[in-house]
Amino acid sequence: MPAIDVEAPGTTMLLMGNEAIARGALEAGIGFAASYPGTPSSEILPAIAEVAKRRGIYAEWSVNEMVSMEAATGAALAGIRALTPMKQNGTAVIADFLATLALSGTVAGLVLVSCDDPSGRNSPNEQDTRPAAKWLGLPVVEPGNFQEAKDMTKWLFDLSEEIKSACMLRCVSKISHTRGNVRLGEIPKIEHKARYELGRIPRLPNPAGHAALLQKLEKTREIFETSPFNWYVGPDSPELLIITCGACWLYSREAVKILNLTDRVGILKLGTLWPLPEKFVAKYLVKAPKVLFFEEIDPFLEQSVMELAAALPPTSPRPIFYGKRSGHINAYGEQDPNAIIRALAKIMNLSYQFRGGEYDKQAEEIAQKYVIMRSGTLCPGCPHKATFWVIKNALKLDGRYGFVAGDIGCYTAGLGPGGFSVVKTIYCMGAGAGVANGFGQLGRFGFTQPVIAACGDSTFYHAAIPALINGVYNNANFILAVFDNSATAMTGFQPHPGTGVAAMGEPAPVVSIEALCRAMGIRTEICDPFDIKNATATLLDLMSMDGGPRVVIMRRECELIRARREGSPNRVYIDPAKCVGPACGCDRLCTRIFACTGLRWNREKGKAEIDELICSGCGLCADICPQRAIIREAL
Amino acid sequence: MTAKTLLKDPLNLIIVGVAGQGNVVISLLIGNTLVKEGYWVTFGQTYPAQQRGGTVINYIRISQEMEYSPILPYGCADVILGMEPVETLRMLRQYGNPGTITIVNPRPIYSIDIWGGVVAEYPDLDKLLAAIRSLSAKTWVVNATEEARELGNPILANVLLTGALIGTGALPLDAKSLEPALLERFPDQFELNVTALKRGMALVTP
Repeated sequence: MPAIDVEAPGTTMLLMGNEAIARGALEAGIGFAASYPGTPSSEILPAIAEVAKRRGIYAEWSVNEMVSMEAATGAALAGIRALTPMKQNGTAVIADFLATLALSGTVAGLVLVSCDDPSGRNSPNEQDTRPAAKWLGLPVVEPGNFQEAKDMTKWLFDLSEEIKSACMLRCVSKISHTRGNVRLGEIPKIEHKARYELGRIPRLPNPAGHAALLQKLEKTREIFETSPFNWYVGPDSPELLIITCGACWLYSREAVKILNLTDRVGILKLGTLWPLPEKFVAKYLVKAPKVLFFEEIDPFLEQSVMELAAALPPTSPRPIFYGKRSGHINAYGEQDPNAIIRALAKIMNLSYQFRGGEYDKQAEEIAQKYVIMRSGTLCPGCPHKATFWVIKNALKLDGRYGFVAGDIGCYTAGLGPGGFSVVKTIYCMGAGAGVANGFGQLGRFGFTQPVIAACGDSTFYHAAIPALINGVYNNANFILAVFDNSATAMTGFQPHPGTGVAAMGEPAPVVSIEALCRAMGIRTEICDPFDIKNATATLLDLMSMDGGPRVVIMRRECELIRARREGSPNRVYIDPAKCVGPACGCDRLCTRIFACTGLRWNREKGKAEIDELICSGCGLCADICPQRAIIREAL
Repeated sequence: MTAKTLLKDPLNLIIVGVAGQGNVVISLLIGNTLVKEGYWVTFGQTYPAQQRGGTVINYIRISQEMEYSPILPYGCADVILGMEPVETLRMLRQYGNPGTITIVNPRPIYSIDIWGGVVAEYPDLDKLLAAIRSLSAKTWVVNATEEARELGNPILANVLLTGALIGTGALPLDAKSLEPALLERFPDQFELNVTALKRGMALVTP
């Protein structure tokens, strides 16, 4: 794919929603972008960073979402349009800052893009951030397709400047991380000049500041009443009105078409969600006897519109409401076209079969016989897998019922068989070390279990440092294992303060994890997790100590990055004469327990084999085979 | 608007594989080319959190009339390109119908759940392919991994399968129309990828 600024204005491109958002920001003339990677938002900042130099823009990967939001605000206060994209968890983290930002307002356009991940496919949770915008006092809009993702982002900078408030663009995975047609507009040429005019941001005392915010939001509501991002399609007097937003707009339109309901059902598609354009919505609300809400995650529009309905004059007709409250739409999980087809068919008393009943029956019978599960797992050659192997063995040898307090990254897979299920708690970024501070004080109450907090290198910088300082200060007894693969791997290999590179590709100083830990007076060891013997001995030694936190840095580069650069380091194969299968007594240690995806168990032969399509050639399995039947030959 | 017409509007294509097989690359090749030719394309994805091992589904909706949603309704796939046999059947279960055509690479990729003892074994390949055939209007079995290995690198299986897909005549595309996208994606290995594409085309007859 060419960079997002290459094709001429007027060209139509197949853009990812995230790229469309980035392009919209360029078309709005931004000068500043800051972010922390988090799927489904991860591609926005790189799309800008790639073209930043030639467009006279500054782009950075910040250490975490709080700093990225604050940095973007600094730029906006000095008159530079600024963008900060993040995933839902980031928006939750920055709530404290947003609450006061809503009161202070902004000078130049300031846009927060909050990407929500329904079903939590790439997150520890599913969470709707629209209620956060309402709670904190920021206007929130949501694009209903790819073109809007671009156009709305561009327009939101104008709105932000008009009302002098930061604004939130909420986007869901199925817009952010999917692709559709986007017609490009012009990118303005701007010579950015920054200056903070002291005194332009009055900070009113409470509650006057809150009163001013409410006035600002009323003004926003008026602007939203005539927004081109809200529209109605359907008959003048529909039997049923769907009120929808985001990707659910596309599903709704398709469902109405499939069910042949275009003459009977209308769709009110909203782009400006809060403050709700009440006059605009009320106009359609009173025309339909039935209303069905269809939106991702929370019943946000559903509740806002029902609140509006409650405030209508007593003489107004009132529709029957269907949606999450009535149970016609699930109040959890990602939506899809099937959900709205089912709900519409039920309310409209239609029978609809997706395909013949006979095919349904046959497909289900066959699939139950042959379709095996396929869980995600760690990649072949992953250094985290080696680290989990070391931890699993050390915990077993130690014998005191120890466990890992997990964190967010590829190594979250330690919850499952890919990481030998050693991870027993999982919350948010930095929470592994955080909860370990609690466990680490319980010796006084008879707690004897060793606790190993996990965090990745990027997570260390993001949120583990305060918890580690707390551990030193309060003498909490735990080990922090830093899964250092020199990458923010899960979200797509973005650089961070330990990699020596910054977002725009320029060299950056390396902030040393070990130097930071040692400066706090912490015993800090560095191991290569592929040296299983030494790493296990080191970990056991750290576990035998008492007192404040100890750190072990398990350092080995992400295999995907290494392999891309160097190819396979070894030829790995199995000597069938040495692999004695069930007679070994290892009970298929390599394929059943170690379970690298590059290893297969051949049932007929009763022997292990290497899948050479999958094997990365790391050769770690050669060290775990008790028969030395797995051969590693350096290439 | 385009001169060619679609077999059906919208034309719903699924490209499914295991993370690491490169199905996103071929979805982009096809999607970018079709957009340049004036079609509405929506390309939706479902993928696992980690970079390798799980199922990666690409939904490609192609239309001359309007923009479709990024996920297929149940039972609405017209074409399924399966880079792995179990994944092909997984898609037929949800999205197949009596008119669905399938192109399948028979090379199995084992799942971690087999080894973990969750399921006993990878299904018998012949029975698996028969099951795929029984749920498809027409099935092409394309030994893409083996053919790609003969070309020098098994990763070329993805472009080879794209060739097979074009060869079935299901898409309004020919080898020539994909070349600009191939050149852009693989500037250093353009010729090799064109060879893979043509080899794939030659392996199927419409």
